[in-house]
Amino acid sequence: MRLHTAMKTAAVVAATAMLAAGCGGGSEGDGGSAADGPVELTFWTWAPGMEETVAEWNAANPDIQVTVNKQDGGDPAITKLLTAIKAGSGAPDLMQTEYQKIPTLVAADALADLSDVLPEDLADRYADGTWESVTLGSDAVYGVPQDSGPMQFYYRADIFEQLGLEVPETWDEYAQVAEQLHTADPSKYLGTFSANDAGWFTGLAQQAGASWWGIEGDSWSVDIDSEPTQKVAEYWGGLVEQGVIDNKPMYTPEWNAALNDGSQVGWLSAIWAPGVLEGNAPDTAGKWAMAPMPQWEAGDTATGNWGGSATSVTSQSEHPEQAAEFIAWMNGSQEGVNALVEYGSLYPADLDAQGEALAEPPAFFSQQADFYDIAAETAQGVQPFTYGPNVNVAYSAYNDEFGKATEARTADAFLAAVEAMQTATVDDLKNAGFSVAE
Amino acid sequence: MATLTSSRPAARPARRSAGLTPVRERAQRPSFWPTAILLLGALYCLFPVLWVLIASTKSAGELFSTFTLAPSTHLWDNITELSAYRDGVFWRWMANTALYAGVGGLLSVVVSAMAGYGLAKFRFAGKSAIFNIILAGVLVPGVVLAIPQYLLLAQVGLTNTYWSVLLPSIISPYGIYLARIYAAASVPDDVLEAARTDGAREWRVFTSISMPMMVPGLVTVFLFQFVAIWNNFMLPYIMLGDDRLFPLTVGLSGLLNQGASQPAMYTSVITGALLSILPLAALFLTLQRYWQVDLAAGAVKA
Repeated sequence: MRLHTAMKTAAVVAATAMLAAGCGGGSEGDGGSAADGPVELTFWTWAPGMEETVAEWNAANPDIQVTVNKQDGGDPAITKLLTAIKAGSGAPDLMQTEYQKIPTLVAADALADLSDVLPEDLADRYADGTWESVTLGSDAVYGVPQDSGPMQFYYRADIFEQLGLEVPETWDEYAQVAEQLHTADPSKYLGTFSANDAGWFTGLAQQAGASWWGIEGDSWSVDIDSEPTQKVAEYWGGLVEQGVIDNKPMYTPEWNAALNDGSQVGWLSAIWAPGVLEGNAPDTAGKWAMAPMPQWEAGDTATGNWGGSATSVTSQSEHPEQAAEFIAWMNGSQEGVNALVEYGSLYPADLDAQGEALAEPPAFFSQQADFYDIAAETAQGVQPFTYGPNVNVAYSAYNDEFGKATEARTADAFLAAVEAMQTATVDDLKNAGFSVAE
Repeated sequence: MATLTSSRPAARPARRSAGLTPVRERAQRPSFWPTAILLLGALYCLFPVLWVLIASTKSAGELFSTFTLAPSTHLWDNITELSAYRDGVFWRWMANTALYAGVGGLLSVVVSAMAGYGLAKFRFAGKSAIFNIILAGVLVPGVVLAIPQYLLLAQVGLTNTYWSVLLPSIISPYGIYLARIYAAASVPDDVLEAARTDGAREWRVFTSISMPMMVPGLVTVFLFQFVAIWNNFMLPYIMLGDDRLFPLTVGLSGLLNQGASQPAMYTSVITGALLSILPLAALFLTLQRYWQVDLAAGAVKA
């Protein structure tokens, strides 16, 4: 072992020498940018359409050239970034940061504070709640919101019509429709409870009024095992126990097959759902429709968020000013936002630019002309929610605990899973040295 | 030159005897059960390949809706779509993989040959200790080393470069171990003595006499290492951030992990998987003879 490492060190030293001697073909490192020549920025992202959007910027700004490095979606890229931050080199200049990951990244000192380098009135372009998720309630700004993911209910309008079902407006009605549908055709389900998608469940809990983390003075508080989340878990546990809702995870080949053959008739999803449906079940085009989320109280307009990201500058970037200039253009100007919608079909967080950019419904929902009007209404109802510094732990606890609960198929198991999530999250915060208010 | 010609007869009888044994066995009638079990094994191994082959002919809609083994006609469309994805980045990944596996494999062979030959034919202090440590290295999975290697390379600023994948691939404890076995078995001491008596320096003895005798063994080392690098996922996954440097494994997995808000590109991944095993299959079919003969030879001699 020891020799092994020693040999490798020798190899590294040798290679460094080779690089120094000018044999470093192919390395596109970000080191040593010359004073003259354009500033080169690397951008880790997995959002669709980023390359085309960046190409527009690059064409207009020869002095600030951005290179997109497409990453695996979600957690892997964040893990990679955290590793690079710890190692002291290898991080990009710009990073796509999902809102729920920002506290984790800030706690790891991975993001640069942009409050001095962003235009002052930029904050006015975003909803207060959205802007707060990049400031975390402080004076610092850790990124600029790019898109958001307000949740809606997507359903197969053709099957609803064929079976004479009403679109549910409350969760009680949702449960009834789920039962009617499953009774009428036992192969069909109105939805599935996915133990793989913690972000999805978080959105449902958010709609019910949960906020899983909070700051109390100098301490974090964890509030997962509380009334709203318990209500959501018990409701879904009941539906799964009854057997009228499927218990298989989403984003699996089986789920794709079920979308194609019409055995998944509804999907509680977010504004980006058309793209996923189009990719997974292209032949069902024109058969889907979108409606606001079912409500806990009839007449409410509450919803949660699933997905949505900001764009941040990493603490390793040597050009935060230029990077901020690029972000402000991409996420906070009419031109940039138009590009985000045109190339990536994102749902922009920039409210000022939204109207012009979202004139047409997405192609997969072309028959629903008021698609983005409904979306804008639902987006108003996104409930406040605070994320903590160990979202990853809470989410993996969700996967483990609800994985067991969906196998057990009882409402009690669902409640126990919520309790276990709370314990795992609090324990981890304490182990990591945060003070936790109880 | 005299030493060269004299060396060949010494090596030949050994190989011929290794090649003769199967001929004698072939004369016997194959018994039913072993054949049946082997056929089952072959089916088990080949079925996934067949699945990939069939699935890659289906369109995105058909993939999840038609019968598993019913082929369709969209193979060419799928290849076109995959090639068009982000200006043909798939072919860049293919070229990267060929570079990592080809160059990494060759460099690894050179290091293995030198180290193995040195360990087999020279006496020096700490020889058995070094060999034992290398043997222990065979037992340590590369995955375990990936993170320390990342931190190490990050210190010299080499992460996210071609070097970050190539350098760790060069040293293969298993390759050194194999090379030592082959060197011990196929390079007779007498020949080396003769060469030295004729005035050849050690470097020349190694390059002109020992290396040619070790070639079949080194092909095996090359194949092992080539396949290992071709299939390696963890190391490049950790080392690389720039998707233009990705090998196929990391690139294709990225097409599946698009995040919740985008569909996974199943058809492109399946088509990509099919295309990515073709070079390996070709390599195996062309170099298979070396592989078989030398595994047998190594086994007999060791």
